[in-house]
Amino acid sequence: MLEIRFHGRGGQGSVTAAEILAIGAFRDGKYSQAFPSFGVERRGAPVQAFCRIDEKLIRLRCQIYEPDVVVVQDATLISDVDVTAGLKRDGIVLINSAKTPEEFHLDGLVKTVDATRLALESLGRPIVNTVMLGALAKLGIVSLDSIVEVVGMRFKGELGEKNIAAVKKAFEELPI
Amino acid sequence: MKYIVQEGSHSIAEVIALCRPGLISAFPITPQTHIVEKLAELVSNGKIDAEFVNVESEHSAISVITGAEACGMRTFSATSSQGLALMHEVLHAVSGMRLPLVMVIANRALSAPLNIWNDHSDSMAQRDTSWLQFYAESVQEAVDLIAQAYRVAESRDVMLPGMICVDGYVLTHIYEPVLIPEQEKIDAFLPPYRPEYILDPERPMTFGAYATPNDYMEFKWEQQKAMGNAKRHIVQINTEYRELIGRGYGNGLIELYHMENARIAIVAMGSICGTLKEAIDRMEDVGLVRIRAYRPFPAEELRDALRDTETIAVIDRAFSYGYEGPVFSEVRSALYTLKERPLMCNFIVGLGGRDTRVGDIFELVKKAKESSEGEVTWFNLKV
Repeated sequence: MLEIRFHGRGGQGSVTAAEILAIGAFRDGKYSQAFPSFGVERRGAPVQAFCRIDEKLIRLRCQIYEPDVVVVQDATLISDVDVTAGLKRDGIVLINSAKTPEEFHLDGLVKTVDATRLALESLGRPIVNTVMLGALAKLGIVSLDSIVEVVGMRFKGELGEKNIAAVKKAFEELPI
Repeated sequence: MKYIVQEGSHSIAEVIALCRPGLISAFPITPQTHIVEKLAELVSNGKIDAEFVNVESEHSAISVITGAEACGMRTFSATSSQGLALMHEVLHAVSGMRLPLVMVIANRALSAPLNIWNDHSDSMAQRDTSWLQFYAESVQEAVDLIAQAYRVAESRDVMLPGMICVDGYVLTHIYEPVLIPEQEKIDAFLPPYRPEYILDPERPMTFGAYATPNDYMEFKWEQQKAMGNAKRHIVQINTEYRELIGRGYGNGLIELYHMENARIAIVAMGSICGTLKEAIDRMEDVGLVRIRAYRPFPAEELRDALRDTETIAVIDRAFSYGYEGPVFSEVRSALYTLKERPLMCNFIVGLGGRDTRVGDIFELVKKAKESSEGEVTWFNLKV
């Protein structure tokens, strides 16, 4: 089972990202679930969302405490929140940042993508959740095709096209 | 049958729509809101031929659907926590008038202190209202319970209302794959609601009339007889659903998991059973008895399932203040007639939404082995 924990701030679309990832993984032929850490979603406050992906039916109902992958949508969280808490050995930390991975002194394999810049270029707004999903596809968590398809279903018309462009840009830019 | 990954609340709403209610009334309360929001959307988009009545409170919501049900309509409402508590007096009237309406309870703790998270305090407090009570382990089961609950409730020799208890947030707000039955299958399984008696100006009659000491007890005895009939129907309807739609859950009343050679049994209800199953897969000698129908209470079935165990740990997600967990009291009483009784202990778990991990279950089993008969443990308490 793959367990992915999203860290963001209320309003950054962490819950939506987890949901899109779960639907994408299901389209890839896996079982999946996604859920928020309930109840404290205020704009700007630290929030978490969770996604599990497995080959078999998922029965676990608890939150994720030992993730394989941590997605940090806002690097300013790192000073306040222990984003790598419980991270599995060899786990991946994907951070939205213009900095290099070496500049973060965190456990696990750190990857950075300048999602805010990519979102501003594609969407004209600093909403980074779909960009981070493109990066997750590059890391092999989900297929790019599925993410593109689900993002297209979630966001209609021009907004959908812009989000898909953002996903693809992140996929191209993230170094393996 | 189509698989769909969407929020639990939306899957529940879609299947409610497939059951063709004529009238829906509800008042929004977290975490039930998304269910009735979705239904309101389906009604206003003409996807279901139903009326959605907006009201100013849960007391009014249950009153509105009670009236519509008495006029011969299939109805629906949903609520949580304080909303269910506010409905309390009407719940007795509904069952006393033998109106088989169905509600989904998105289980949430009761205030004070204010808490929007999941436990079973709200539905447990309605235990004695003469409503059928079912507890779902997954969104799939919640969805499958809907048509089953209407069928059981509307059975001629039952005619009692039913609550489908679905853990708030944990199941209502999760995205997971769910198989939504086809409309034709639900239509074949659940015939239109045709009650024997309805409020009709052409044939005037009174529902819930006055009963003196000379008659009142007989009315109540009829309700208890109907509960007994419901037990038979729950088993039968679970089998029929399995044959027609492809999924069944234990014998309908309880579900056994790895109980074949279990020395230690855990008894529990609701979504925690998923995590329990994961933990049980990693332990020796431990099994699960999941109570699916809490009212009518499956006493004989529990006795048969548990008689050969050594230790029974009953998990309660609610508490009867001044005593112990309500499920524990009832399981222990059900087993009293056994010649050789297993040791029985009680764990009060996850009140107000405190999370339960696989590791917690290992700890709980360890504590159960060390417990004395009748011991009540408030699990993971920070004191």
